Amino acid sequence: MPWQLYASWALATRLDALYLTIYALFALGGYVTRVIVEVMLKPEIHDPQGEAVLSASHRLGFGNVTEVRQGKRFELEIDGPAGGEALAAVEELARELLANPVIEEFTLRAAE
Amino acid sequence: MQIGVVTFPGSLDDADAARAVRYAGAEPVSLWHADRDLRGVDAVILPGGFSYGDYLRCGAIARFSPVMAELVPAARAGLPVLGICNGFQILCEAHLLPGALTRNAGLRFITRDVRLKVDNAKTPWTAGYVSGQQLLVPLKSGEGAFAADEATLDALEAGGRVVVRYDSDAPNGSARGIAGICSEAGTVVGLMPHPEHAIDALTGPSADGLGFFASVVREFAGAAR
Amino acid sequence: MSDKDTVEVAADTPELSQPFAALGLTPDEYEKIRQILGRRPTAAELALYSVMWSEHCSYKSSKVHVRKLAPNEQQSTALLAGIGSNAGVVDIGQGYAVTFKIESHNHPSFVEPHQGAATGVGGIVRDILAMGARPVGVMDALRFGPADAHDTARVLPGVVSGISFYGNCLGLPNIGGELAFDACYSGNPLVNALCVGVMRHADLKSAVATGPGNKVILFGSRTGPDGVGGASVLASATFSGAEGKAAKRPSVQVGDPFMEKLLVECCLELYAAGLIEGIQDLGAAGIACATTELAAGGDGGMNVNLDDIPLRDPALGPAEILMSESQERMMAVVSPANMATFFQVCAKWDVEATIIGEVTGDGTLTMTWRGGTVVRIPPRTAADGPVYNRPMSRPADLDTLQAAGPDGLERPKDGPALRETLLTLLGAPELADKSWVTAQYDRYVRGNTVLAMPEDGGLLRVDEQSQLGIALATDGNGRYCRLDPYEGTQLALSEAYRNVAMTGARPMAVTNCLNFGAPEDPAVMWELAEAVRGLADGCAELGIPVTGGNVSLYNQTGNNAILPTPVIGVLGVHDDVRRRAGAGFTTEGAQVVLLGSTRDELGGSSWAHVIHGHLGGHPPTVDLDAERRLASLVAAAARNGLLASAHDLSDGGLAIALAESCLRGAQGCRITLPGDPFTALFSESSARALVSVTPGREPEFAALCAANETPATVLGATGGPTLAVAATFEVPLAELRQVWERTLPALFS
Repeated sequence: MPWQLYASWALATRLDALYLTIYALFALGGYVTRVIVEVMLKPEIHDPQGEAVLSASHRLGFGNVTEVRQGKRFELEIDGPAGGEALAAVEELARELLANPVIEEFTLRAAE
Repeated sequence: MQIGVVTFPGSLDDADAARAVRYAGAEPVSLWHADRDLRGVDAVILPGGFSYGDYLRCGAIARFSPVMAELVPAARAGLPVLGICNGFQILCEAHLLPGALTRNAGLRFITRDVRLKVDNAKTPWTAGYVSGQQLLVPLKSGEGAFAADEATLDALEAGGRVVVRYDSDAPNGSARGIAGICSEAGTVVGLMPHPEHAIDALTGPSADGLGFFASVVREFAGAAR
Repeated sequence: MSDKDTVEVAADTPELSQPFAALGLTPDEYEKIRQILGRRPTAAELALYSVMWSEHCSYKSSKVHVRKLAPNEQQSTALLAGIGSNAGVVDIGQGYAVTFKIESHNHPSFVEPHQGAATGVGGIVRDILAMGARPVGVMDALRFGPADAHDTARVLPGVVSGISFYGNCLGLPNIGGELAFDACYSGNPLVNALCVGVMRHADLKSAVATGPGNKVILFGSRTGPDGVGGASVLASATFSGAEGKAAKRPSVQVGDPFMEKLLVECCLELYAAGLIEGIQDLGAAGIACATTELAAGGDGGMNVNLDDIPLRDPALGPAEILMSESQERMMAVVSPANMATFFQVCAKWDVEATIIGEVTGDGTLTMTWRGGTVVRIPPRTAADGPVYNRPMSRPADLDTLQAAGPDGLERPKDGPALRETLLTLLGAPELADKSWVTAQYDRYVRGNTVLAMPEDGGLLRVDEQSQLGIALATDGNGRYCRLDPYEGTQLALSEAYRNVAMTGARPMAVTNCLNFGAPEDPAVMWELAEAVRGLADGCAELGIPVTGGNVSLYNQTGNNAILPTPVIGVLGVHDDVRRRAGAGFTTEGAQVVLLGSTRDELGGSSWAHVIHGHLGGHPPTVDLDAERRLASLVAAAARNGLLASAHDLSDGGLAIALAESCLRGAQGCRITLPGDPFTALFSESSARALVSVTPGREPEFAALCAANETPATVLGATGGPTLAVAATFEVPLAELRQVWERTLPALFS
């Protein structure tokens, strides 16, 4: 059932909490998953870009910024339900391709 | 002797590497990134350039090319491989060499004729030089700072696996002034500066770079006897 | 929205008010369009005419003048394609042809320096590619506000990084250019990009759509909203079904040099296999321009289905699609027999290619969208555009300016004062070491670079067997042109000509980028007309053709126009690149000789500008006959191995030339100055060069000079650790180097 119709019906009948919960489960059980992967240089790797950003911040008057590290953020859309499998696949992709394990580390999470 | 030169989408110095091979008296063979085929060559060069536009990370996408699927096992089995600049980056991404190449310390692309010192004149690519020999070779890169953890760097030094070093301060902030390293077996060499642009005084700062190509030709001729 | 505005609807609704003014069209121009079509234009047609008739695309204010640059018969003997093609093509012998052009990307580089400069490189490279040539080198002429100005610190590093990012990734060696600073460029930086390409004669391509039934193919990047500013205006027209369609569109074009590299290799393979009937690159005014020019160049017409254009943004309407300036796109005309192979080659290079239409015999450019015809025009009417004869008048202040010459300025009188003047000039941003910029460019890629900056000209080898090569130089001088646009332009031409000659090459063709203020200003138009007249006369006298170029107007902020700045590029051919002379004193004990005549000429000079902030008087005398003789002298001397070095004199005169030759060769010299030391050192008389002679060959060289009727004054000899001017001053090389090298890094690092 299209979510709009369902939501309208749920609101109309005012069975809010219950139906919104059911709706939410349906939505999460939908067919596209978004996963966010963030890649940062390992702490011991020199980050000249982060340093340059720090200097520029100070020149702009933000003297209380004491450190800047620069990384990358990937937004992936996966076909299929969110869950352990999708996240595991992305983790493998991150390890193989998105991050260079010699100098980078990463975190990932499903976006709601 | 036949030396393969791989062309990835975005490779730039492949023609120049081929020219250097010809100057050294061998036959360059063009290898296409999408072909799982090394065409029976006796050695392979991964040339400089911006494979895949340096997207994601330099060499990160090229290392998954079909040709690399053939090259990696061949290299592990002893096929001599020389990775120049982007080629060095690809070799590191493919884990044929340790460490990684990172953004220049000054954050800008640098083109400069640099003085190098040959530390290891025993690899097939440097056997024609003498240990300690000085070379004047162009460096031209934006991500040329070699980085690795201390343990790896110590192991490289201890194992004599630093092949060439910057003679004075590395203009890109490379760890321990490292300009080039080799695999444990010594047959896979990666270096950031471009020897193929120093093969004659007409178009380069010197002809010092020709030795990389002449060395492997000589080694092959010697081995073939 | 404009997708409902078909030609039928337009014919039925003649009274509909259209936002032509917001799109940059005058009421007269709008009326003209209505006359041409016999009805009001559709929204898509209005968008198309508005970009095609813009100053940038149509040259409507400058055409009447720029036409005068067309070469005469004598100049044209080596020309294979002239003005009007994408880029002029010159025969350099041995079956090779060279195409080159310089183009501006000024305003975008002020808005977004990195991407503006990057896409400027991309655009000129595609122009060269569309001629059928492999691009082999680039150069950049850059002008910014004062070096220590706050905004220059924003614009300059961004422009340089943009050129570096795009050119290096494309694999094109950057072999020369210029860097100048002046307050007048503060809000209007000049970024003029030159590209040169080489091909065999048979490879020459044309931008023509012939052969009804041939297909029109768009290939390269997808089309997005890049560069679409004015089209959002159309969204608010009456036929808008645009409910909430965002007016927020990016107006900065973003470049992808990797895609362009793929496009270059793909095109060259298509050319080599003979798969293309005609080709056009997409630059300013994107699809609008490419389709009208291809259709106008051919003998028939063209049908295009806008629905088939691959889009990055599916929400684009026809007007936006037509106006989009998305980068890295080309348009080809391909016969049905070649289609399959064409697509195979594109697939190999991962270049997306789509059939968007076909060539017809009906003399009309017709475009459809969602079942309706949204464009139906005679293509030549869009491609040709209006021609204006703007009023011109000599600037009211020019007499006063010319009368206020530099003779009253205080001059250094003794050795120490002259020494200090030399060092002040040498450390001035406009004369100091440019390595901070040029080290960010790859000069080595392709392995054919024989000379690159800071040499006088770039020199590229074309043939590894015969050692045939080409030399290039770009030069401009806003100060000289302000004092006298006619003479100033001829001086810029002379300097570029001379720079090419210093490499040992024979100058043979000219390109130009005319950077001026607003054409509505009669003084600006007068300057433009005078500059063009100077260039036309100068090229005719030197016997070399102008093969093409570019005009950039509206370089001004409020009422403050830039100094008139025509930038001239000269191409030369070198028979044997091994016989080249560089600028540096590389040989010790070589005789140092000053070629040419020196007069007291300081008007518009670097000395007057740097030391006194003065601009007035007349620029140095032009002597094209002397330039021609000097060029042939240096070429002959270099060919015969008589010269250890050759360096032309320009900004800063002999003083700077001496310092540069010492620094370049890492070798000092001991010289005696002829005549008044100040004049000898800082005058900027033209047609002069500083050479050092191969030891032992001095009598031969002297004889050659005499036969050539070029005055040759022996100054002294190379050698030693100092620049020593007898009885005047001495400066250790280390001190020269320190002063020269520290300026730009201190400002921009």
